[in-house]
Amino acid sequence: MNLTPVLTDTWDKDHSWRLATYEGAGGYAGLKKALTMEPADLVQAVKDSGLRGRGGAGFPTGMKWGFLPPPDGGPRYLVVNADESEPGTCKDIPLMLASPQHLIEGVAITSYAIGCDHAFIYVRGEVLHVYRRLLNAVEEAYEAGYLGKNIQGSGFDLDVTVHAGAGAYICGEETALLDSLEGLRGQPRLKPPFPAVAGLYARPTVVNNVESIASVPAIVAKGADWFSSMGTEKSQGHGLFSLSGHVTRPGQYEAPLGITLRELLDLAGGVRAGHELKFWTPGGSSTPIFTQDHLDVPLDYESVGAAGSMLGTRALQIFDESVCVVRAVSRWTDFYAHESCGKCTPCREGTYWLKQVLHRIEAGEGQDSDLDLLLDLCDNILGRAFCALGDGATSPITSSVQLFRAEYQAHIDGHGCPFDPSASALFPYTPKTTSPGAALVGAVGAGTGGHR
Amino acid sequence: MTVTTNTPSTEAAPVELVTFTIDGTEVSVPKGTLIIRAAEQAGIQIPRFCDHPLLAPAGACRQCLVEVAMPDREGNVRPMPKPQASCTMTVAPGMVVKTQHTSAVADKAQQGVMELLLMNHPLDCPVCDKGGECPLQNQAMSNGRPDTRFVDVKRTFPKPIALSTQILLDRERCVLCQRCTRFSEEIAGDAFIALQDRGAHQQIGRYDEDVLGFAGGSTSNGPVDRPIGEATTDTSGRPFSSYYSGNTVQICPVGALTGAGYRFRSRPFDLVSSESIAEHDSCGSAIRIDHRRGQVLRRLSGEDPVVNEEWITDKDRFAFPWQSAPDRITTPLVRENGELRPASWVEALEIAAAGLARAKRSGGVGVLPGGRLTVEDAFAWSRFARTALATNDVDQRARVHSAEEAAFLGHVVAGSGVGVTFGDLEKAPAVLLVGLEAEEEAGITFLRLRKGAKGKAGTKVFSIAPYATRGLSRMDGTLLPAAPGTEAEWLTSLTTSLAGRLLPADAPTSDIDTSALAQPGAVILVGERLAGSPGGYTAALGLAEATGARLAWIPRRAGERGGVEAGLLPGLLPGGRPVADAAARAQIAQAWGADIPGIPGRDTAGILDALASGALGGAMVGGVELADLPDPAAARAALDAAGFVVSLEVRFSEVTERADVVLPVAPPVERAGSYWNWEGRVRSFGAALDSSALPDHRVLHVLAQQLGVDLQAASPAEAHLSIAMTQRSAWDGERVAAEQGAPAAPPTVGRGQAVLATWRLQLDAARGQDGEQFLAGTAKRPVARMSAATAGGFGVSDGDVVTVSTPRGSIEVPAAVTDRMVDGVVWLPLASVGCRVHDTLGAAAGDLVTVTAAARHEGDAR
Repeated sequence: MNLTPVLTDTWDKDHSWRLATYEGAGGYAGLKKALTMEPADLVQAVKDSGLRGRGGAGFPTGMKWGFLPPPDGGPRYLVVNADESEPGTCKDIPLMLASPQHLIEGVAITSYAIGCDHAFIYVRGEVLHVYRRLLNAVEEAYEAGYLGKNIQGSGFDLDVTVHAGAGAYICGEETALLDSLEGLRGQPRLKPPFPAVAGLYARPTVVNNVESIASVPAIVAKGADWFSSMGTEKSQGHGLFSLSGHVTRPGQYEAPLGITLRELLDLAGGVRAGHELKFWTPGGSSTPIFTQDHLDVPLDYESVGAAGSMLGTRALQIFDESVCVVRAVSRWTDFYAHESCGKCTPCREGTYWLKQVLHRIEAGEGQDSDLDLLLDLCDNILGRAFCALGDGATSPITSSVQLFRAEYQAHIDGHGCPFDPSASALFPYTPKTTSPGAALVGAVGAGTGGHR
Repeated sequence: MTVTTNTPSTEAAPVELVTFTIDGTEVSVPKGTLIIRAAEQAGIQIPRFCDHPLLAPAGACRQCLVEVAMPDREGNVRPMPKPQASCTMTVAPGMVVKTQHTSAVADKAQQGVMELLLMNHPLDCPVCDKGGECPLQNQAMSNGRPDTRFVDVKRTFPKPIALSTQILLDRERCVLCQRCTRFSEEIAGDAFIALQDRGAHQQIGRYDEDVLGFAGGSTSNGPVDRPIGEATTDTSGRPFSSYYSGNTVQICPVGALTGAGYRFRSRPFDLVSSESIAEHDSCGSAIRIDHRRGQVLRRLSGEDPVVNEEWITDKDRFAFPWQSAPDRITTPLVRENGELRPASWVEALEIAAAGLARAKRSGGVGVLPGGRLTVEDAFAWSRFARTALATNDVDQRARVHSAEEAAFLGHVVAGSGVGVTFGDLEKAPAVLLVGLEAEEEAGITFLRLRKGAKGKAGTKVFSIAPYATRGLSRMDGTLLPAAPGTEAEWLTSLTTSLAGRLLPADAPTSDIDTSALAQPGAVILVGERLAGSPGGYTAALGLAEATGARLAWIPRRAGERGGVEAGLLPGLLPGGRPVADAAARAQIAQAWGADIPGIPGRDTAGILDALASGALGGAMVGGVELADLPDPAAARAALDAAGFVVSLEVRFSEVTERADVVLPVAPPVERAGSYWNWEGRVRSFGAALDSSALPDHRVLHVLAQQLGVDLQAASPAEAHLSIAMTQRSAWDGERVAAEQGAPAAPPTVGRGQAVLATWRLQLDAARGQDGEQFLAGTAKRPVARMSAATAGGFGVSDGDVVTVSTPRGSIEVPAAVTDRMVDGVVWLPLASVGCRVHDTLGAAAGDLVTVTAAARHEGDAR
C-alpha cells in the first residue's frame, strides 16, 4: 500500500505553514466551493465520505454534525479538540505546526455547514510554538478574508478563537474541554445532555478532533467519492500514522486506513537495526498493546477492534526486545495516575493503587498475588469510571499481563528487573540508581532489584 | 405588562408513569425518576455517597453502579455494556435493572468501588464523630469486601483545616463526593470550599490564590461580609461567611466535615434523638435534638419537605446552649429589701397574685408577653390578660411597632390560616420583599426563594431596601432602592404602574421591569420592620389588592404569628376577632367563661409610657429583652417606675432585675408545645428533655388560680383544648379595619447627617446565641454601610472607622462603602456585638444620625 499525502503534502515546502504556501498548493478551494453550497449538502457530503472521528473513538463525523438540533436563532459552536496529550500520540501537533491552514480551512467549512459563527480551537498549552503558529495562521486567514465578516463575499461571518489549555490530559475529554474553555475546572460533565444539545455555554456544540476537521477541505474540494475510494469498506479515507520508538525512520506516515504495521515498518526502514519487534501500541498508550503476531492486522477501526485493541489515534509506538514491558507499563500508569482528574472513585483511587503495585513489582518487591490483583483492579476500573480515562489506564496493564505474564512473574521471582534500561535507550542513558540487576540478567535470586 | 386572564387549570395533571423491572419486580414510577430513587420506592437500597435527593446528580462516587438493559427499536432487551450509575440515569419504559441483589456484575462493581474508597480512608472510626452513623462505615459493611488488599502507602493530609470557627475539614477522611461543594453552590450560593488539585491529590480545599486564582476580594457578588472569628477565604476570595455551613456537616457521608462544638464530644449510639421545631425564627424548621443524660449535644436538621426540606440555618443548628446557660432561673424568686431571694412556688404565687390584684386596682396591669411564645403559651397569656387581669393592655411586640401594623395584622393576618407557603415561593413568578432581609431574618425562607430563582420557575425576586445585600444578589434579585421610611412610595408607585396608570413625575425611578409582580401567583412578603415605615403596610395592602398578588407577613420571632392568632395585640382577640366588636367579644367570653373588656388597650409603647407615668399599676412581662425595644432606656425607666412587676423568664435578664416576683419557665427543649410559623402552619413538638421546669401556660394557670380564675391551661392537652374552644367556628364578622397610614415626610438630611437604616443580622448579640463561641465567630462583623458619595461627603473611605451618633450616644465601626446604595443613608446592624443601635443611639430605622470620621483606624477591616 502506498502513502496518500493529503494533509502532509506540503510539509516539505519552504515555509510550509504560510498561507501563501497553502494557497499555492490549491488551498482554500474547498472553502470557496463550500460557500456556494447549501450547508445541509455539506453535511451530507461529509456523511457520504465516510469520514470518522480521527481523535480515537472513530464516530462518523457527518453524523455528529447531524445531531445538532435545528437552528433556534441562538449561537452554535464548533470546538476543535487540539489538546493532544496521549502518550505516543503525535499527529495533530506536527500537523498544526507544519500546515495549520488545513485546520483553519476545515474550521471555516465546518462552521458554515453547522451554522456556527464563532469557533474555538483548544490547544494543549504546553506546545507554545504550536499555539503561536496557530495564532499567526488565524491572523493570516483573517487578513486574506477567509475568516471574519462576509467571508469571500458570501455573507457568512466567522470568528475563530485559539485557546491554550493549562496542561491537563483530561481536557482532551470533550466535556472537560468545554468546562475548561468556559473557565471552569476541567472535569468531565454528566451526559446527557450531550454537547450537540447543550455544549459550550449550554449551546449546541460540535467538538471534533484536529485531523477530522483538517480532512474536510479535501473532501469538499475533491468529493466524497475521492475520499471513500481510500481505506477499507467501513474505515474510509486517509489518516496520519505516527511511528515512534525503536524504528529506523520515526515520523508521520499518511496512508489509507487498513495499512498494516508490516507495510508501515517497510516504509519506515524497519525496527531499530539489530533488534526485533517486541510489542507496540496501535493507537497510543490507552489502546491494548500488540506484538509481532499482529504485524498484519489491517489498521482500520474494525480489524484492530477484532484483534482486541483499538485503532485510537494511530500512534504506533514500537518497542524492541530490549524494553522491559513492566517498566514501560509502569511509566504509562504513572501518567494516568498523574492525569486522573479525581472526579470519580475508580480512576482517582484505582490509578493511585495500580501505580504503587507496578512500582513494587518493578522494584522486585512484588508478591505472587499482585498479578491477579492488578487484573482485578483493572476489572474494577474498566467501565466503572466516569469517563474513558480510567478505561484507558487499564488497557496497557491488562493487555501486557495477558501477553507477558511470564515477564511480570520474573520480576517477582527474581526480586528485580532483569533488563538493562540503558540498552533500550536511543541515546546515552545511565539509570538513576545503579544496581547489579542489569549485569545479572537472568540471575534469579540476585536479591535487590534492577532499576528502582 | 402581561396579565394572563385564562389561568391554566390548577388541577394537577395526571402523573405520567413509566413501568420498568428492577430485580425481577415490575415497578411503575413517575417519568423522570432516577433509578436509585425508583429503587428506594421499590424497597431496594442501592449504596451511594455523592447522590443526594436535593442536589443535582453528579455521578462522581460510582458506588451506585447497577446493571441496566434497555429495549432496542425492535423491543429486544439488550444489556448495556457497562454498569450504569443509578443516581444519574432515569428510568425508561421496559428497562430492566439488576442491582447488587441480582447481578454479580453490579455487586462486584460496588465492592470494587468500596474497596477503592476505603483504601485511602483512615481507620480512625473509633475517634471520628461520624463513627456509628457513617454511611461509609455502614455501606462498607453491607456492600464491601471483608478485607482489604491494599498494602501500599495511604494518602495523608495535615489535619484539620478550620474553614471557620465552626466548621473543620479533615481531608484524609473525605471521599470527594462533592456533596458539600454542591450544597454551597446549588443551595446556599455561598461557595466557600471547592475541589482543588487532581487525581489522588484532589481535595476539598479552601480558597487559595495559587490554586483557584479568583480575583481576590471581588465584590461582583454583592457586598463583602466579614466574620468576627478566624475564617478561611471563600471561592470568591472573601472571608468565608455562611449561615448554612452546618448543613455540609450533616450531609457529609463521612467524618470529613465536623462542627467545632460537637467534635469529639459524643458517640452517636449514646445519643437519644427527639424531633422538634427550631425556636430561632418564624420559619418553624423541623429539627432533631440529640441529647445524652439530660444534656443536648447537638441539633440536626429534620426532614420536612413542605417547610425546611433538609436544611436549617446555623443558628437553628448550633445556638442551643442558651437553654441550659449558667444563668438559668431554677426557683421562683421574690424581692425582699430590694434583693431577689429564692422562694417556694406557693409563696411566690401568693405574692405575685396579691401584687397583681393591687396593681389591677390602681390603674391596671400592662402585659408584655414577648414574641417567643408557643401557641399554647400565647393563648394562656391572652386569656390571663383578658380574664384574670381584665385588660386589653397586651402587646407581644418587643420591637419597633405601630398602630398601623396592629390594624394590618388584625385585618390581613389573624385567623387567615395557611396562606402563602414555602412551596408557593418556589413556584411564584415573582416575589417582592419589603421590610424583610430574608437571609438574615428568616433564613430558610431565603433558601426557598433562591431555589425558586434558580429553578424551573425562575422566580424574580425584588427587594425594597437601601442596598442590594449579598443575599439578594445570590437570588439574582433586583433592588428597588429605597431609603428607610420611603418604602410606601415604592409600593404606591408599583401599584400605579402595575395597574397601567401613569406615574407621577416624582415617583421612584422605574426603569426596572417589575411586570412579573402582576402575574398570577406573585407574592409580596412583608417583614415586621415595615412597622417602622409609616404608610408601608397600607401601601403593601394596596399593591396586593391592585395586582392580585398574595401577601404574607414574616415576623422574625418564632412566637409572633401564633401571638397574632391568640390575640396578643391590644385590639385583637383570638382568631382575628376585633376587641371592638361586641359579637366577637361575646364568642370569646363564652369560650373563656368571663367578660372581655371592650376597650382596645395600649400597645407596647403605650404600656411602657403608662407604667412610667403611673397610669398603670404594674406589669406582667414574659420573654422580653429590654434592649430589643426601640427605646431601651425608656423601657428600663418604665419598669423601674412600675408599681409591681411579675416576670416569667428562663434566664436572668434586665426584666428580672426589675421584677418583684420572678417565676421560672421552661425553655423549648424541656417542654412540649407548638409554634405557628409564618405560613400559618402549626408546628408541634414534644419535650426533648425530662424536666421539672414549667411552661408559661402552666405557670399562668396556677397564677390565675390564685386570682380565682380557671385558665384551663394546666397541661398541654388542656391548653390545646382551651385553644380549640376559641376556634370552634371561624370568625365571619367584620375584621379589624385596616388603618390608612400615611407616609411621613422624609426627614431633611443636614450636613454630616444620614438616615439610619438598620436590621438584625441572623447572628448577632442576641441572648439566644449565648454560650456558642464557635457560632459567634461566624457572625458578621458590624460595619457602617454607605454609598461612595455618602462616604465622600463625610470625608471617609472604605475601612475608615466612623462614629455614628445621636444625642444619646455613639457607635464606632469601620465604614463599608457599598455599591449602588441609596445616597444619604447609613446602615448599621441593629444588635451586633459592639453595635447596639436601639440601646446606644436610642434610634430606629428612618431616624437621622450624625456620621463623622473617627480618630482611630482599623487597618484589618480593609
